Amino acid sequence: MHQSTLTQLAAALEAKQISSEELTRLYLDRCKQFNDSLNCFITITEDEAIEKAKLADKQRAENKHTALTGIPVAQKDIFCTNGIKTSCGSKMLDNFIAPYDATVVEKMNAAGFVTLGKTNMDEFAMGSSNETSFYGSVKNPWNTEYVPGGSSGGSASAVAARLAPIATGTDTGGSIRQPASLCGITGLKPTYGRVSRYGMIAFASSLDQGGPMALTAEDAALMMNVIAGFDERDSTSAEQAVDDYTKNLNNSIEGLKIGLPKEYFGEGLDSNIAKIVEEGIKELEKLGAVCKEIELPNTELSIPAYYVVAPAECSSNLSRFDGVRFGYRCDDPKDLSDLYCRSRGEGFGKEVKRRIMIGAYVLSAGYYDAYYLKAQQIRHLIRDDFQNAFKEVDVIAGPTATGTAFKLNEKINDPVSMYLSDIYTVSVNLAGLPAISMPAGFVNNLPVGMQLIGNYFDESRLLNIAHRYQQVTDHHIAIPEGFE
Amino acid sequence: MEWETVIGLEIHAQLATKSKIFSGAATTYGAEPNTQACAVDLGLPGVLPVINKEVVSKAVKFGLAIEAEIPPKSVFARKNYFYPDLPKGYQISQFEHPIVSKGHIDIQLEDGSTKRVGVTRAHLEEDAGKSMHEGFGDYTGIDLNRAGTPLLEIVSEPDMRNAKEAVAYMKKIHSIVRYLEICDGNMQEGSFRCDANVSVRPKGQEEFGTRAELKNINSFRFVEQAINIEVERQIDILEDGGKVVQETRLYDPNKNETRSMRSKEEANDYRYFPDPDLLPVEIEKSFIEEIRGQLPELPDAKKQRFIDEFKLSEYDSGVLTAQKEISDYFEACVKAADGEAKLSSNWITGELAAALNKENKDITESPFSAETLGGMVKRIKDETISGKIAKQVFEAMWNGEGDADAIIENKGLKQVTDTGTIEKLVDDVIANSPSQVEQYRAAPDDKKGKLIGYFVGQIMKQSQGKANPKQVNELLQEKLKS
Repeated sequence: MHQSTLTQLAAALEAKQISSEELTRLYLDRCKQFNDSLNCFITITEDEAIEKAKLADKQRAENKHTALTGIPVAQKDIFCTNGIKTSCGSKMLDNFIAPYDATVVEKMNAAGFVTLGKTNMDEFAMGSSNETSFYGSVKNPWNTEYVPGGSSGGSASAVAARLAPIATGTDTGGSIRQPASLCGITGLKPTYGRVSRYGMIAFASSLDQGGPMALTAEDAALMMNVIAGFDERDSTSAEQAVDDYTKNLNNSIEGLKIGLPKEYFGEGLDSNIAKIVEEGIKELEKLGAVCKEIELPNTELSIPAYYVVAPAECSSNLSRFDGVRFGYRCDDPKDLSDLYCRSRGEGFGKEVKRRIMIGAYVLSAGYYDAYYLKAQQIRHLIRDDFQNAFKEVDVIAGPTATGTAFKLNEKINDPVSMYLSDIYTVSVNLAGLPAISMPAGFVNNLPVGMQLIGNYFDESRLLNIAHRYQQVTDHHIAIPEGFE
Repeated sequence: MEWETVIGLEIHAQLATKSKIFSGAATTYGAEPNTQACAVDLGLPGVLPVINKEVVSKAVKFGLAIEAEIPPKSVFARKNYFYPDLPKGYQISQFEHPIVSKGHIDIQLEDGSTKRVGVTRAHLEEDAGKSMHEGFGDYTGIDLNRAGTPLLEIVSEPDMRNAKEAVAYMKKIHSIVRYLEICDGNMQEGSFRCDANVSVRPKGQEEFGTRAELKNINSFRFVEQAINIEVERQIDILEDGGKVVQETRLYDPNKNETRSMRSKEEANDYRYFPDPDLLPVEIEKSFIEEIRGQLPELPDAKKQRFIDEFKLSEYDSGVLTAQKEISDYFEACVKAADGEAKLSSNWITGELAAALNKENKDITESPFSAETLGGMVKRIKDETISGKIAKQVFEAMWNGEGDADAIIENKGLKQVTDTGTIEKLVDDVIANSPSQVEQYRAAPDDKKGKLIGYFVGQIMKQSQGKANPKQVNELLQEKLKS
């Protein structure tokens, strides 16, 4: 049963082949069994999950349910959950119990999802390997000596290991897509503003976006139907009407125009990855898509621009963690300055501090124009690059990451090389576009993802293409050894 | 050397909205600590601000009232600094793109002339909470009820040249925000407060001197005192050959001195940048026109109307229109007094103002209504009572003894206008004062007016002030002739 997709689980629940309580216990048992080795959960909410599952069974019995009522889910620990610890992977929030639900959580609860627990992540979502978490590294189920990617590494690992049928993630510079790629699952980063950020602890407000991490595009579509939409509590959420994301899944992609940016297939890309992505594109051509080379000339500027904008915003967003009202407070502060310095010095990890420092620097008087303002100008150039491309093509395809999963501790002391591996994902966030990563094959028994980038609010089309691709391929069905 | 003072003011007006600028929490003053602070005001992880549209309308209204430009787009920015009563570690404010840009107001100077003072900009921002240093032992208490309260910061040009002008400017802005009903103007509660930038320069020099910023002054009197004492301090330094340091200073009204808070070197680098949680505020022309349609009559226009419509002096009109409530009171009084404007004005700016002032009350706290006062004025006008008797009536009204008619009736204060009665009083007095009569008759015409006062006084005494003075005068003059 744990190998099932959401659609299959929903059907089983509907046919009363299994109760939500049974299903929930099955997943909880797996979570408990494998969390020691994978470390993908920070908190497993067993009691709450069983209670919610019983309620779901009752709702099903009373015919007061949605299609997804009673299906378990794992929430990234960046989403605030009422009454349950929300740590954001940081010592700073190790004692923080949110008094409210994030909009995404609220919507999923209302749809009847059963939360199994809160997944591990890079501290405050800053990282590409899940090694910056206060709660320790998450392991990749395909090889536990390897990282799962980040920052949504806990969610990716949990879904890949079938400890949860689906999970939430957030993506600021690739944090859904890169771990999805490294763990062999499907992850969608929606258009900026499509999913409410309310209750999602902010890293970089103008880039952050929550989305589904699933086994299939169809499952991602089902979750999108629940979480997408305008939220009056988030001024940056889009008022645009929401698609039924499952409606077009089976549409033909005959004649679909796919752009292949030459910048994405050049230097820096592992040739094995290139080969797999090229094969994936051939599959899409077999389904009727037409490919052409395009140019995204400012791609190489996206990393420096991103590593100015994201730290700038994070330096301000993380100021609220000051030891005054909630979260970690140092012992016996001598005075106010000592309270601030030690609470923040002891509460934040190294990578978070590095980014706060960079951010404060680029916003400082005298440097603002040279860094922050320049980065914003580059953002416009990148957006324009994409808009020019979308005049010629419907979607853009390429690799999600520069390589497969790397070994634990391999890159953690080389932040620049870690940052550079985000090259294919960050420009999408800078432009605010939707993009999906789907499993396209394996190199040395480690998964490789292929990325599809769409125009604004074109999630339906991305899901449609991914779904059609998954109808004719089986990379997404593969299960890591030991987790069958 | 002769020195010239240069002053610019930054006024913080708390906008009178039911809820906060970026959250739904209430803004009521004086609630139990931390009972009016929701998750957004507390800066909990994950929460987001949403602009209160009412705040935008009120700011635009102010902009239109000072004939300012309202840019089509304004942007919220984060002002980053750490302080325990600043929950997010940044204040949401406006920096490069304020909601109101260049405007101006006219102030009345003491010599009666008018001076135009420029308003550089007015921008929206959220207030911080309050730190309480007493009652918590070694700790500091934080009350976040005020955090997120909407403020309009109104920044003037450095156009004022002495403390009196600064006060006149502050009073005028106070008057405007009260007329617009966008701020309750309560200075004790901190709803209206100001920072003053003060510098001096040798008269004739164009370049500004180094300024000091005087923080958080919350009364008109303190503004005047603070500026004067600061100007003195700066001149003393300069005349001793020293240099004024650019710094922030705090005015202590108890000691009447200003003290250094922090110098420019210690000043924060606020690392302003556009707040990515909030979209730019876009203001359409139609919205501006809608707000323009809601603008009430403003002090300057009302003053001119009082001059034209009620034939009042410029001075009286100025006094009556300085505060909206006074002008409303006046107009209601005139209406109740069958249109008698001059007398109404005299009683309001004279007797009533003095009585209120004595008890430190505002016109809204007057023990009787404008209609009640108008009822009394009406009785003066129709000669039921004299102006002198009216003072008794006024006092009784002040003490809550009812309206003018009831008091006149109960106390028997009705003016005697019966010619027979008055004639008898006149005859009696003439009969009883032969020497005074002789003196009067012997006096030259230009002295007669003074001498007649004696007879009037006697008659008023006899009649307990109720005899109609005009009739008494006429009859006396006639009878004393022969």
